[in-house]
Amino acid sequence: MRVVIAEDLALLRDGLTRLLRAYDFEVVAAVEDGPSLLPALVEHRPDVAVVDVRLPPTFTDEGLQAAIEARTVVPGLPVLVLSQHVEPLYARELLTDRRGGVGYLLKDRVANVAQFIDGVRRVASGGTVMDPEVVGQLLARHQPPLAALTVREREVLGLMAEGRSNGAIATKLFVGDKAVSKHINSIFTKLGLPPSDDDHRRVLAVLAYLNG
Amino acid sequence: MDSRDWIRDGLHAVAGAALAVPLAIVNIPLFVLFVVSLVLTPVLGLGLVLLPLVTMLIRARADLARRLAAGYRVVIARPYRPRPERAVPGGIRHYRWLVTDPATWRDAAWLLPGAIAGLALALVSLGIVAYGAEGILLIPLWVSLGVDGYGYGVIWPIDTIGEGFLSLPQGAAILAIGVAAAPHLRQAEAYTARLFLAPTRAAELRLRVSQLTVTRADTVDAQAAELRRIERDLHDGAQARLVSLGMTIGLAEEIIDADPATARKLLAEARENSTTALHELRHLVRGIHPPVLAERGLAGAVRALAMACAIPATVTASLPGRLDTPVESAAYFAVAEALANATRHSGAGNAAVELWHTGDLLLLRVSDDGRGGADPDRGTGLRGIERRLAAFDGTMSLSSPLGGPTVVTMELPCALSSPRTSPSSGTV
Repeated sequence: MRVVIAEDLALLRDGLTRLLRAYDFEVVAAVEDGPSLLPALVEHRPDVAVVDVRLPPTFTDEGLQAAIEARTVVPGLPVLVLSQHVEPLYARELLTDRRGGVGYLLKDRVANVAQFIDGVRRVASGGTVMDPEVVGQLLARHQPPLAALTVREREVLGLMAEGRSNGAIATKLFVGDKAVSKHINSIFTKLGLPPSDDDHRRVLAVLAYLNG
Repeated sequence: MDSRDWIRDGLHAVAGAALAVPLAIVNIPLFVLFVVSLVLTPVLGLGLVLLPLVTMLIRARADLARRLAAGYRVVIARPYRPRPERAVPGGIRHYRWLVTDPATWRDAAWLLPGAIAGLALALVSLGIVAYGAEGILLIPLWVSLGVDGYGYGVIWPIDTIGEGFLSLPQGAAILAIGVAAAPHLRQAEAYTARLFLAPTRAAELRLRVSQLTVTRADTVDAQAAELRRIERDLHDGAQARLVSLGMTIGLAEEIIDADPATARKLLAEARENSTTALHELRHLVRGIHPPVLAERGLAGAVRALAMACAIPATVTASLPGRLDTPVESAAYFAVAEALANATRHSGAGNAAVELWHTGDLLLLRVSDDGRGGADPDRGTGLRGIERRLAAFDGTMSLSSPLGGPTVVTMELPCALSSPRTSPSSGTV
């Protein structure tokens, strides 16, 4: 699987490169600033990009902006955004093109290597992976349309936002797959999401969650 | 302006002119009393008691003039020096405090010119209105009294009833002019008052210095407390965790050959600890300078704040550029505090944040539909906002009637920097 990495700190850039190579990813480019990221993404069209939010020269959110921009040039380009802090606001911006294939994780999560690699793979295959911290911040709220959901449905939606599969959700909540499907269908209905391909609806549900 | 507003403001000003007449007359005995109490000072020291009393009366009268002027958008600051701590009424210190304050003499100097200007402007204002009213009421008067050689406006004398009726439109026009002119005449009086009653440049500077002394002390205190808190948080938090992390990894290193299973458990524990340390650091950084503020500026950071708010909060922002970092930070934390108050105490279902900019002023308004009755003196939140803003000459005002809504309005003088290049421009 081909990866482009954007990270300004050499220590972390090399660490990420080493880590991904160890799991048979091919690192086709590892850039260190905002201006070189977009051309690298457009040129290499990687299977997935791992991008730090804050990059030189402005040290603001150049990485995020470049990732969003790249997805308008290459629709659906899978991007996993890493940051020292997470903002639901940024998650919403990443998700607004409703194409999936986005992830947004704290850099801390890289330490749990197996889970991190799993996240990269899920983003590469079009899934949506949100950091539990984003989900946690939003769980604290009681706003429509999410107010209509039961406690259990909110839990399920939160796990969906983290990018977990039905099976993983079932295991985590100690219920059967059938029960999870039932909850998910009920969530889709309450959020007014029309029937369509399931993956796509999952993104929309997460988006509703973030907009809530 | 709505025509009703125009008439209401005018009538209000006419009433103000009517009130100005007795007020102008009151100035005269005040002036006489002031001169008498000065003259009496060497005689039996009567002035020691009398002059402070008269000065207080004059200051009350001057304060009233300042308040009335403020109603016509003429702001006149109080120029008086603060009373020295050991000055008690009747004492020589108290006396000296009053007579050495130039504002006392300026007040006294205002009394007579102020009375003359006030009286003249009030009589002009009332005179126009009265003449206009006469024109409207003239016909019945003229008919009932049957006075010869009487006239009105441009028609003099009035010979026929037809000519008499012409006084009606003239009177209405003059009345309208009187009502329209009244606020301006009141404002003219306010400007006259300002000549005497506003602080001199020196007094202004003195006021400014004492205000700056207070806000600087507050700022220094707040900063020192903040640094102490950060030091303690680092010391007890991340620093301690890193120490324990090193210990755990060291231990794992020691036993990795002898007992790989335990070593692995220790390493997992170390990783866990590093995550917690990062979490604590993140929390700390948020409290010092939120990353989203650095990345997105005030409007973006407030939007992020609203998204994380426990109740639905809308954000309306029109800020064309970036603000200076310290101002941005003060404004952010002020909004955060106000929003936290709204969710914590008001029982509100919705909150709204507005950010905008006029001239050199940044305006922030946080409102909620809660139960109101917020009191800055209970709890430290609102006072904290005030202190935070005062360091930048900013102010906070609170409107929170029982039953709500609560509106916190904050103002910060500042300049907007030229609009930042769009965040994505560097990458295109």
